[in-house]
Amino acid sequence: MAARFDVRRTLTEPLIRQNPVTLQILGICSALAVTTSLSTALTMSVSLTVVLTLSAMIISVIRRHIPDSIRLIVQIIIVASLVIVIDQVLQAYFADISSALSIYVSLITTNCLVLGRTEAYARHNPPLHAAVDAFGNGLGYSLILLLVGGLREVFGRGQLFGWQVLPLAEAGGWFTPLSLMLLAPSAFFLLGGVIWAIRTLLPTQAEAPDHVPPADVRAIE
Amino acid sequence: MTELWTLFLTAAFVDNMPLTLFLGLCTFLALSRRPASAMGLGIAMTGVLGVTVPLNWLIYRGLLAPGAWAWAGQPDLDLSYLVLIAFIGVIAATVQLLEMLLDRFFPAVHASFGVFLPLLTVQCAILAGSLFMVDRAYSLAESAVFGLGSGLGFAIAVGLLGALRKRLAYADLPVGLRGLGIAFVLTGLMSLGFASFAQMAATQ
Repeated sequence: MAARFDVRRTLTEPLIRQNPVTLQILGICSALAVTTSLSTALTMSVSLTVVLTLSAMIISVIRRHIPDSIRLIVQIIIVASLVIVIDQVLQAYFADISSALSIYVSLITTNCLVLGRTEAYARHNPPLHAAVDAFGNGLGYSLILLLVGGLREVFGRGQLFGWQVLPLAEAGGWFTPLSLMLLAPSAFFLLGGVIWAIRTLLPTQAEAPDHVPPADVRAIE
Repeated sequence: MTELWTLFLTAAFVDNMPLTLFLGLCTFLALSRRPASAMGLGIAMTGVLGVTVPLNWLIYRGLLAPGAWAWAGQPDLDLSYLVLIAFIGVIAATVQLLEMLLDRFFPAVHASFGVFLPLLTVQCAILAGSLFMVDRAYSLAESAVFGLGSGLGFAIAVGLLGALRKRLAYADLPVGLRGLGIAFVLTGLMSLGFASFAQMAATQ
């Protein structure tokens, strides 16, 4: 590589500027499904970051030995093996969280974020760089997950990590839980809002309009 | 018979894959800019789900499930932790076959998919169909119906979103909300609409 490898930049760039979820549309399914509470969101973030970093390293180490034609299958099998390990560990030590996540841990296998990073980065770069890049992307993904998960748990139940932070009205407090926050649509709205906020702050991320209206409609009439 | 029909409708509307289970959203959002590509994706999803779910059922029951090797004198053998690798293999092979068939007989359709057809292999909705089938212990007929129903539900949702987004090309949106942002808001609204199907199922 001609350019010098910048660890800090590779690590921080995916947090907001190149965020895998909000800019690259990668790994959205799991990002929304597991965010009804902060603890499931955290478990998912950690599992995904571990799988992403390890698979990027392994694929980067053997990158010169994988034939191009079967590389997708090789990559998927490496990822699937790591996911099986994580899944078994979760079932053994965190049984209740594992059952709350149901099949979404297994679905890390087909998370486009993992495959996207190995395809775009790990397969052309040395192991250490690939690991840093994968870890950064894992952090960017975790950031969005924890943000959405935290908002949904606070407003949906008045809790954080199962602790009551807002006093509920039925227990003598003032807070009435918004149960809509725990349902599917609110996850879409929240993520849409996060994307809106990021793109308003960083206008370079905004997409070009599909259709440009004529400059002055009245002038034409 | 009526149970199969109910299962079909439930899979298509109440447990809609992208809108209530958050599955397959990456392609759902990436390919719904135009109604034509959205419909193509919907048809491909229905085909692949309809084939892979029953096929994976056969593999799971015949090779992986606890006790599947009882006939060979190994009644305690439980290979069910291998489901991920086995299912992914079947899905990859099916998608590859579909790609070759399309390339041979419908080259125009094949060209319109581009890179997204091979990416169906890593579509979480397709793998999830097979995993749900194991989780809920469906029979062979049920899993076939479930696969087709889920595929149809995906096709309906992605087709509707494609049509909505085409209209919105002419709308004057805030700059930050353009494209992906508004797609999420629309998906949320559609998800609210589909939530009413769950009410319908509950009141029956």
